[in-house]
Amino acid sequence: MLDPDSGLSLTIARIVQRLKGSSLHSQLERQARVSLHKPEIKLESLKEDIKDFLKTSGWEKKLQNAVYSELNVFPSPCHPAAPPEHMKEPLAYMRKAQGSWEKRILKSLNSMCTELSIPLAQKRPVNEQKELLNKWNEMGTDEPDLSLFRPVYAPKDFLEVLMNLRNPNYENGEQPSFRSHLGLIQVPLKVKDIPELKEDFSELGLNIGQLGIDDSAQVPPEFFENEHVRVGQKVLAEQDSAAAQQYVRQGCPTALRADLWALILNISNQPEDILYYEQLKSNVIQHDLLVDSLIYKDVKLTASNDDYYFVFEDYLYQVLLCFSRDTSVLEHFTYSSATPPKSYIRGKLGMEEYAVFYPPNGVIPFHGFSMYVAPLCFLYHEPSKLYQIFREMYVRFFFRLHSISSHPSGIVSLCLLFETLLQTHLPQLFYHLREIGAQPLRISFKWMVRAFSGYLATDQLLLLWDRILGYNSLEILAVLAAAVFAFRAVNLMEVTSLAAAEAVLADLSTLKVMPLLQIFLFATVT
Amino acid sequence: MGAAGGDGWAIMAGKVKWVTDIEKSVLINNFEKRGWIQVAENEDWNFYWMSVQTIRNVFSVETGYRLSDDQIVNHFPNHYELTRKDLMVKNIKRYRKELEKEGSPLAEKDENGKYIYLDFVPVTFMLPADYNLFVEEFRKNPSSTWIMKPCGKAQGKGIFLINKLSQIKKWSRDSKTSSFVSQSSKEAYVISLYINNPLLIGGKKFDLRLYVLVSTYRPLRCYMYKLGFCRFCTVKYTPSTSELDNMFVHLTNVAIQKHGDDYNHIHGGKWTVSNLRLYLESTRGKEVTNKLFDEIHWIIVQSLKAVAPVMNNDKHCFECYGYDIIIDDKLKPWLIEVNASPSLTSSTANDRILKYNLINDTLNIAVPNGEIPDCKWNKSPPKEVLGNYEVLYDEEMAQSDGPDRDLRSRSGQSTGVKGNRARDSGKPVLTTWK
Repeated sequence: MLDPDSGLSLTIARIVQRLKGSSLHSQLERQARVSLHKPEIKLESLKEDIKDFLKTSGWEKKLQNAVYSELNVFPSPCHPAAPPEHMKEPLAYMRKAQGSWEKRILKSLNSMCTELSIPLAQKRPVNEQKELLNKWNEMGTDEPDLSLFRPVYAPKDFLEVLMNLRNPNYENGEQPSFRSHLGLIQVPLKVKDIPELKEDFSELGLNIGQLGIDDSAQVPPEFFENEHVRVGQKVLAEQDSAAAQQYVRQGCPTALRADLWALILNISNQPEDILYYEQLKSNVIQHDLLVDSLIYKDVKLTASNDDYYFVFEDYLYQVLLCFSRDTSVLEHFTYSSATPPKSYIRGKLGMEEYAVFYPPNGVIPFHGFSMYVAPLCFLYHEPSKLYQIFREMYVRFFFRLHSISSHPSGIVSLCLLFETLLQTHLPQLFYHLREIGAQPLRISFKWMVRAFSGYLATDQLLLLWDRILGYNSLEILAVLAAAVFAFRAVNLMEVTSLAAAEAVLADLSTLKVMPLLQIFLFATVT
Repeated sequence: MGAAGGDGWAIMAGKVKWVTDIEKSVLINNFEKRGWIQVAENEDWNFYWMSVQTIRNVFSVETGYRLSDDQIVNHFPNHYELTRKDLMVKNIKRYRKELEKEGSPLAEKDENGKYIYLDFVPVTFMLPADYNLFVEEFRKNPSSTWIMKPCGKAQGKGIFLINKLSQIKKWSRDSKTSSFVSQSSKEAYVISLYINNPLLIGGKKFDLRLYVLVSTYRPLRCYMYKLGFCRFCTVKYTPSTSELDNMFVHLTNVAIQKHGDDYNHIHGGKWTVSNLRLYLESTRGKEVTNKLFDEIHWIIVQSLKAVAPVMNNDKHCFECYGYDIIIDDKLKPWLIEVNASPSLTSSTANDRILKYNLINDTLNIAVPNGEIPDCKWNKSPPKEVLGNYEVLYDEEMAQSDGPDRDLRSRSGQSTGVKGNRARDSGKPVLTTWK
């Protein structure tokens, strides 16, 4: 066990190292230097005076937000002797499974490449570059022939892999009984039960005001909404990330949401950020990647057909094409169980000097990937800000939904949490569905992998994502999935096939997520 | 068969007999679900869903048709005062001048001579009658674009854009002052200043289609359907002059968009008004969004008030209008036109459901309890039957209620994303909206 003091100093050391050399660091230095001209800064008490100045001018708050951001994103260090893989994934069998999964994906990508004789990447001829630049804002009107491309994988392929995960150190010798886990996931990870969830999600309790419940037309706004909006405005005025994160647990007022999320994610859209985005854009213009076609195909198959998101088709290309070229995303692989695929310059297979990550950001999109971006288009209409928000959401949350790990917010744990909640609290339903060949996870898996994007109405989805940000965890997705089954339990008990069960759960667009979550967590007899 | 037949006949006599010229399933299904009975036009009928041609015949001086107390039709005899583009503009202009003459604060103008509260129709002229006036206006702004629309056509037919006087030379030849209901009304056009700075979402241009039900003009009682929608252009909007001929870019009318290459049959290029509200609140803020929707309600009511004095307020009539509104990038709404016969064709499954519910709620208000109508009723349906309609303006209530109205509690269900909470039941107008 790591003794708390050395744990703390390790953390501090890591954060200092990460912030050193960041633009915030240079801005702070510049501010400190500028402050020397101010009359209140005296030589005798230089250090204290500068610290006071930074506090009153709001720079200390910015530093606090940056530190808070680091704490949220990076896991606490484990034992100093632990190898770096442990920060990615402590369990060996999970690492192995993720590795084989990655090999399969890469094989699929390479074979598509060979079949279609398209290189993974190539430089665009100059006239094509010009054309793309002109069309940058309306790539949706392009109709390239995508019939030969197919998504590298779909969520159900991934589910098959997860179903076959086994811990080789775990011997479950006993005969299956009513006490054993009846679901598809058969690995022994610790997941929370309802009493623990109630504690963790205490702000969702019945006696606490919520947006999504207490702002409906029948409730006078004086009861909760007006005050909540006022507090939200105050949080924004203070520019405090930690306060914002606490605040959004009760939901964001629509007019404040964009700013609150940006504050929590510590996105400020500085000139250098805009410049960085423009640079990514020029990378897109100059080089054509095979994954670009995968992205086009995905958008055309999913978002373009969605009632809410079709309007933003062009923005999705602008974000996702740049995202594939963004090497800063590679940083997240230090704490993700995944490893970016490597590719070799033609003819130099196996020679490390000629290895590059492919795609440059190491993330191969799958069917439905663009739906992670789509809801954000309702909040941010400025491409570079939209881009940064998405990137941060990805490296904090979404990457966990398509990689194999033991993390409590990883998809494996979410699946297990879902199945356990259902089996524990709706055993009759669970058993019935299993008997008719409709394992519940087969239906709910796609909801969770997409964080419910494209399944819920947008305003409800945003209320859900408020809580993901507020609690810095994806567990709420599993809880919601179970709550949906609980809500439709009566109808589900009457179905006799998987197809019929799918039909009962096909349309979630009328659901109100907050009442469902509240009832499931706080108003169900356990 | 005696007694049974007698009873059978008595039961039938209590059922509404309907006729329609418009063979659309969303209508017919609604009639049938009420157990109404279809009859022919020359038989005794209670409810006739007419096309605009039929209403012209029914109420024309020659036929001398007299409707009885138990007969209801879905158009006002001279609806064209509102629904013909040239007459709508004429009536609004007249209304504004009248308010100005009586010194009403509504007719206040700003320092440039533009009406502050009543400038909601783009500058419009009739051709050929106002050709010279138009030329004068055009020369003030020679780089402007104008849209030519034939007065009598719908669905975007015959519309084209111009940005040079030479393009409409042929309307300059006749300079006779024509009356507005001229025999050559087929050739009469209106020319309006084209809104070349529309609000774009996702880079795309759109317009709003809102449904408004009027049950009586004097006193004015009108309802707005909460589930209006935005129609997006399938092709990217660009104000560049080379694209003037590409109607897919400029016209949002679904009848035209349907033939573009990118038309999608799942969502039909349509968004609900609640999506629009969510987007605007999230990206622009709540106050400006509420202000926009308030203004939209305002301009609809003003347009109805403008035609109310000249409308034949026949008690056998009600009408469901399709309002087309464009929002510019300063979040100002503009009234483009009003349709007497909004399309009942469905382009997607969602569309079919929406139109079915629209007719259902309309019938619930116009034909109370689904029973044989008595056109002498007070046309004040109880709140419960409104369905997805909410009271937009009720002149009677506005005049009686005075100071109490602000204390009235909020009504109406929330619609998906919060509906129009701040502005709902019959909140009359003038002082609150100023």
